[in-house]
Amino acid sequence: MKPVAGLGQLKSLDDLTNRSGWPHSLFSTDGLPRAAALDIIDTAREMVGVGRRRVKKLPTLRGRTVINAFFENSTRTRVSFELAGKRMGADVINFSASASSGAKGETLGDTARTLAAMNPDLIVIRHPDGGAPWFLRERVGCAVINAGDGINEHPTQALLDALTLMEQLGDLEGRTVAIVGDVAHSRVARSNIHLLHTLGANVVCVSPSTMRPAQMDLALKAQWTDDLDALLPRCDAVMMLRIQRERLRESLFPHNREFAIRFGLNPRRADLLPSHGIILHPGPMNRGVEIEPAVADGDRAMILSQVENGVAVRMALQLMLLGRSES
Amino acid sequence: MMVRWIAGGRVIDPDQDVDRLADLELADGKVVGLHPVGTAPSQEDTLDASGRWVMPGMIDIHVHFREPGQEYKEDLLTGARAAVAGGVTTVVCMPNTMPAIDKREVVGLLRRRAAQIGLCDVQVCGAISRGLKGEELADLGEMALAGAACFSDDGHAVMNAGLLRRAFEYASDLDLMLMLHEEEMDLSNGGSMHEGAVSSRAGLRGIPSASESALIARDLEIAHEFGGRMHVCHMSTKRGVELVRAAKARGWPISAEVTPHHLFLTDLAVLESHYHGHTKMNPPLRPWEHVEALREGLKDGTIEAIATDHAPHGDVEKDEAFGCCAFGVTGLETSFSLTRRLVDEGVISLSRAVELHTSGPAKVMNWNDRGTFRAGTRADVCIFDPERVWIVDPSVGFSKSVNTPFTGWELKGQVSTTVFGGRVVYHEGKPAA
Repeated sequence: MKPVAGLGQLKSLDDLTNRSGWPHSLFSTDGLPRAAALDIIDTAREMVGVGRRRVKKLPTLRGRTVINAFFENSTRTRVSFELAGKRMGADVINFSASASSGAKGETLGDTARTLAAMNPDLIVIRHPDGGAPWFLRERVGCAVINAGDGINEHPTQALLDALTLMEQLGDLEGRTVAIVGDVAHSRVARSNIHLLHTLGANVVCVSPSTMRPAQMDLALKAQWTDDLDALLPRCDAVMMLRIQRERLRESLFPHNREFAIRFGLNPRRADLLPSHGIILHPGPMNRGVEIEPAVADGDRAMILSQVENGVAVRMALQLMLLGRSES
Repeated sequence: MMVRWIAGGRVIDPDQDVDRLADLELADGKVVGLHPVGTAPSQEDTLDASGRWVMPGMIDIHVHFREPGQEYKEDLLTGARAAVAGGVTTVVCMPNTMPAIDKREVVGLLRRRAAQIGLCDVQVCGAISRGLKGEELADLGEMALAGAACFSDDGHAVMNAGLLRRAFEYASDLDLMLMLHEEEMDLSNGGSMHEGAVSSRAGLRGIPSASESALIARDLEIAHEFGGRMHVCHMSTKRGVELVRAAKARGWPISAEVTPHHLFLTDLAVLESHYHGHTKMNPPLRPWEHVEALREGLKDGTIEAIATDHAPHGDVEKDEAFGCCAFGVTGLETSFSLTRRLVDEGVISLSRAVELHTSGPAKVMNWNDRGTFRAGTRADVCIFDPERVWIVDPSVGFSKSVNTPFTGWELKGQVSTTVFGGRVVYHEGKPAA
């Protein structure tokens, strides 16, 4: 393992430059240039059209190999990436493994080199630890897309959310988006905060203090409140995060009912939104906890559009990372 | 080769308030004393130290040599080589080996093995609890008879306050101190870096600074009420410094050490390195305000020793994603050169810098036979070339492991020769074993 050289130069978070990995990969939306984000979203719009055709397959990535390396259980994201790769004509291989070297008997470094030796063109990685996509990229030559690394980032989710928001609201400049739930432990929230800022939106996070990231203002430059009712009338969109059961054990909140009372999106709260206000949820939903069924199935909810847009964004990314590098 | 004289060097011995050009005389493995320059005869066993700093052999009271059980990371020989390359002639090995050092047999084995190697004095810190499990006392008395220098469950906090009380009481009878890894595990809660703005940005679970300071506060109260000498390992937080400072002001018998990495690096290194495992250690790197507080603690005497927490790990532990990989970095070979940098940065005086590696840790351990050039003490000497500029490159170092966060750093000054018990054990890149 190569030691890291020359540490100690970075003196402030403000000096952190583009961490996105773009244009060779996509690790993060942190620092993803605005032009690149809009380019991805525009390309994804075209892919939405492709996905609605009778014949949905493009020949663009024919002969290219995409490995979905999932070190954490996931159905939705894996299916979405798999479908996207197949629609682009790539050969898609799914690979699942345990994240702990103890359980699988080899280190992530070994796994990375093994995958690299199969000469993939792209590895999509989902891993329970933050930073795993960077780790992988150091050890493989190919493009890497982060499909969720621990509580860190989920950049394709943010891009599909941005596409969904822009379809409904147009330009996001000056728009206000609330993100409600366990922001501290949400990769969806972190990626969305970065991307929405890049696209000019204001982000307000809503949670109990137990779910608020440490020094959030410094770290993420986002506002925070625990008063959802007061915030909703000035929101153009509200994103509900999935409440994860394991957070109960950590006592981040007492129980589901109490969370629903304080932060759940029920019909009364949904009515506080302005008439154009929309509702997003990355899924899978806990109906009756963070979102009530009447809201989840109502007209403002964009949840199924998000799923459709997810495939399109992932098609666009694969096209842009692989298709355009073809000589 | 046995040395009789070390001639013409700048002798720095904070214990005797000495900083002058002098000839150092040694005989029979002991220090004889200092003489005016020119006293030393020109003969085979006279080392020319002109242009060099001549300091007591350094003492590192916190290292992990991984023997027995994890010799793929380090062993007594490679650890000792790394020590003498850093001018260190006494180390204290922590007991979190496999099996743990919790019985007299293991203490005895290590002491004998180290004596055979003969590069430096390897002192052994025995476990506080059996198997480091924090449940029942290890064989403290028998380990003391076998030569254990102190006790620690390092790597783990002693979360059971009742057990800690008994350990303090029992170790007091043996006149040995407890070196405490201070970490409230429920506050750390599986975190892998300091909790703050950087962990929020990096998307990693954090270890709050209260994880350290809360346990220091608890343990100070326990040590105070039930008696016992308490030493805080690898202190990393501002509040920790404040608590120790206040306890000392009340006259409580407490001491503390700090590592080089906590004096130079901040939690930003995790992001800067793109989540590289060589920036993961426990306690974690903290923001600059903590670094400043630790440096202040060095200045005002709150902290009496710099100790490396030299923690070699192989790829099996480190070639992993950040959350999974092992905590710890190496440090022996860069330790004093980094402290010298604190002098150049105007943080501490040269005399204080040397003290933190010699008489400071000797006093922590209650040793009066080393860490000084007083007559009759062991002839341990570190000869340092203050002008030599070098680039840290673990691939050419002596440790078996390469997990230093200082790779690529340009350091000014390097150990040229190390003398242990009057014998040259390291000279210009070559250990004697």
